[in-house]
Amino acid sequence: MTLVAGNLRSDARWRGWEIALAIALPASWWLLPGQALLASEIAILALFAVSLDLILGYAGIVSLGHAAFFGFGAYAAALFAKHVQPDPLLGLAVAVAATAVLGALCSLLILRGSDLTRLMVTLGVAALLYELANKLDELTGGADGLQGVAMGPLLGRFGFDLAGRTAYAYTLVVLVLAMALARRLVHSPFGVSLQALRDNRLRAASIGLSINSRLVAVYTVAAAMAGAAGALLAQTTGFASLDVLAFHRSADVLLVLVIGGTGYLYGGIFGALAFKLLQDLISSWTPQYWTFWLGLFLVVLVLVGRDRLIRPWTWWHRRP
Amino acid sequence: MHKRLLLKAGALALTLAGLLAPAQAEDTLKIGLVLPMTGPFASTGKQIDAAVKLYLAQNGNTVAGRKVEVILKDDGGVADATRRLSQELVVNDKVVALAGYGLTPLAFATAPIATQSKTPMVVMAAATSSVTERSPYIVRTSFTLPQVTIGVAEWANKNKLKKFVTLVSDYGPGIDAEKTFKERVQLNGGQVVAELRVPVANPDFAPFLQRVRDAQPEALFVFVPSGVGSAFMKQFAERGFDKAGIRLIATGDLVDDDILNGMGDVALGVISSHHYSAAHPSAMNKKFVEAFGKANGGMRPNFFAVSGYDGMRVIMDGLKASKGAGGDALLAAMKGQVFESPRGQVLIDAQTRDIVQDVYVRKVERVGGQLWNVEFDVQKAVKDPGKTAK
Amino acid sequence: MLTLLFDGVAYGMLLFVLAVGLAVTLGLMNFINLAHGAFAMAGGYVTVLLMNRVGVPFLWCLPIAFVGVGALGALLERTLYRPMYAKPHLDQVLFSIGLVFMAVAAVDYFVGSQQQIVQLPAWLQGRFDLAAVGIGKYRLFIIVVCAALTVALQWVLARTRFGSRLRAAVDDARVASGLGLDVNRIFLLTFAVGSGLAGLGGALGAEVLGLDPSFPLKFMIYFLIVVAVGGTTTITGPLLAALLLGIADVAGKYYVPKLGAFIVYSLMIVILVWRPQGLLTRAGAQAGGR
Repeated sequence: MTLVAGNLRSDARWRGWEIALAIALPASWWLLPGQALLASEIAILALFAVSLDLILGYAGIVSLGHAAFFGFGAYAAALFAKHVQPDPLLGLAVAVAATAVLGALCSLLILRGSDLTRLMVTLGVAALLYELANKLDELTGGADGLQGVAMGPLLGRFGFDLAGRTAYAYTLVVLVLAMALARRLVHSPFGVSLQALRDNRLRAASIGLSINSRLVAVYTVAAAMAGAAGALLAQTTGFASLDVLAFHRSADVLLVLVIGGTGYLYGGIFGALAFKLLQDLISSWTPQYWTFWLGLFLVVLVLVGRDRLIRPWTWWHRRP
Repeated sequence: MHKRLLLKAGALALTLAGLLAPAQAEDTLKIGLVLPMTGPFASTGKQIDAAVKLYLAQNGNTVAGRKVEVILKDDGGVADATRRLSQELVVNDKVVALAGYGLTPLAFATAPIATQSKTPMVVMAAATSSVTERSPYIVRTSFTLPQVTIGVAEWANKNKLKKFVTLVSDYGPGIDAEKTFKERVQLNGGQVVAELRVPVANPDFAPFLQRVRDAQPEALFVFVPSGVGSAFMKQFAERGFDKAGIRLIATGDLVDDDILNGMGDVALGVISSHHYSAAHPSAMNKKFVEAFGKANGGMRPNFFAVSGYDGMRVIMDGLKASKGAGGDALLAAMKGQVFESPRGQVLIDAQTRDIVQDVYVRKVERVGGQLWNVEFDVQKAVKDPGKTAK
Repeated sequence: MLTLLFDGVAYGMLLFVLAVGLAVTLGLMNFINLAHGAFAMAGGYVTVLLMNRVGVPFLWCLPIAFVGVGALGALLERTLYRPMYAKPHLDQVLFSIGLVFMAVAAVDYFVGSQQQIVQLPAWLQGRFDLAAVGIGKYRLFIIVVCAALTVALQWVLARTRFGSRLRAAVDDARVASGLGLDVNRIFLLTFAVGSGLAGLGGALGAEVLGLDPSFPLKFMIYFLIVVAVGGTTTITGPLLAALLLGIADVAGKYYVPKLGAFIVYSLMIVILVWRPQGLLTRAGAQAGGR
């Protein structure tokens, strides 16, 4: 085979730790039955963060409005379940398709401009969607949220139980499938061209890569994935409210991804785990002032450096 | 690659650490309190939390021979967090009752959990009429907007005011208030010439107040959530409305006791109707206000605090009657409770599980150097009109 | 409605004073400082606490807020921010968000989460009518103060030696340092002044915008809009953007209340897609962010 294909194939080989992760994730469903609710929320956040990694880590698009797709998927799934059919899998498919269309449309807005401009445009789009959801309150329930969403049983047999175990299994399976898909995408020629685009757009254009079509494509895929995460949230909780589109959701997912690390696809999962667990732990110690300790953690994390944090013996070394 | 493996191992270790919760005595009765302790509605959470603690401090935390423990959780005002925390409290901590719920969407989101797990849910803040209808296990000790709006509407009718503009925040309680006010004044031949709705987040009242000026009403009826009142009052005064002869009437959320004293003279003379004023002249209330202030650095209790206080009482008295049992027995023991609260006499309606209470019409006056809502009229035992209309 | 125009201009000028420090630090140090709102909040709280607890008159609180928060900014720049300049943008975002979280929680702990109320001196309260335009005295005060600040800033930038050094450092820090300019000192001073301006803006704005611990989170978006739309290489760019934002916001909410916030965001998106580098740019300058 050619040198390029050989390189791609060796890049795409499953590493030891990836296999360990692939086993650990489903195993957690059996090992941690009491944490199903929190774990389900982590899985949804992880999926959302990985979708952001596709555009941020791989294509270099800074977005502060990714919640637009998350929220759109959530409302789409909730409305579908309420008005058309309560089957979760069908609802998920419809939500993903609808969000992909939205993503394709929005991608046209982020083709030009600097980092800051793209940041603000994405923020503006999410804010617009928020206002739209607020105004169309006959459809979305406005600030009170969309009520009366009764989900049907998964695969016709497994109803969403109070302990959240069905929900966790559901979100876990979707997460694993989405990761597999994303992995394929990232280790393909398309994925490599995205990285070229991220690193030096001018040069990528000069060797003949079509910038705009790649941006549209990756943005659509990322939007679809975020929409899936939103749909999962709406389906496992049985309702959708305006804060799926709120700014803090976009900000949180960016935070999560940066904590976990961008550009290697698993940052979303690790970041979601670390962030949510930390938040849960701290806020049960101090329900009122946990934001302070979280903020302190972030500041220390950045000052010390992410990779140095896990190796405490390097903390007092001076950097060369 | 090593660092990522270490990160993953660390995360797994944290998960396992989270599992090893300290062993709890099997005997304690646990109550889950889910409140917004951070975020834009943190002041609500703080007032309720302080009141719950005060009740337990004054009345002891044992009932039916068992110790009672209140588990406080912060939901930040985000509905899916509220739901997940309530769900965890029910499934993992096996709470015998849920309480709190600072906003309507938070209560809506949690209602199915209460129904599915048969756990009584005491709503201490949310104020839309339909909240109690979402689940047969919901009991409310706060109030509803229609309940407290008719007071000021009737005052307007009595004083022969005919031309109004309404200005409310654009969400459930606001729309309830707007509707009730309009119906009441229209019954008396009054007219609402403009109905303005202000967004709930980041409100800027300037453009809306301009519209009010253009409409030249005799009175402006306002509902805004607790805490936003001071921003509104400043802009109202700045525009010289009081000198233009436009009276300001409102529900008590505008002149919330939490911030009333800081508002200054602009608030003098505002007529409002509400179910609780910290100036309520009963012996029980005086004791309540004093004890609350002492325990919380001089903080004045507001209507959320009194809901929290009464809500805790409803739960404790219910547990006493059900002998520590939860579920349907506790719910039955909560329904129909009658007692004297710092706000006055209250009743938990056995049919609607909502609170029936006196609604006072008050005026802001300066008493002893501080601003208080001084009550001058009362409507006794008001049921929520949002439901009796059906 | 001229009164609306007046209100919009006042709102816009306030936003400008609040955001100009962010524009300059972003353009100069290429540092995304999302904690800028926290400096504004600090200024507001300094004013409120001095007025309510110590009884300092309002007019004195304004320069105190400026100097105090500026000093805080200088301290933080020297200790915490300087190691961050070389780090990637995302790390800077993380760092500044962490600072905001800490500031918000700390204020909540020490002062409480209620809205803080500023009692204006009597001569600033109320309004008067000038040929069918309702002029609020305090808003007029804001416009006058902010206009004076703008003129002063523009004068410093265009006429003083420090200003030309600053412009040189913004255009190309490496070359400027190669020419012998002490870029570190310029950064320190600029950051301090920018934070001081934010503090002053917070003090002025406490009356109009409200003041509670979530102030930085609520208004950060508006500052970012002003900076993005206005561009980071001039002072007049953010001024124009802030005025536009203020007027559009106020007018939009009056004329089309159903679409209030829509107007602002749609306008921003349209402007950014049409002119991605911001409204006004200086020829030869490298705009912040690639």
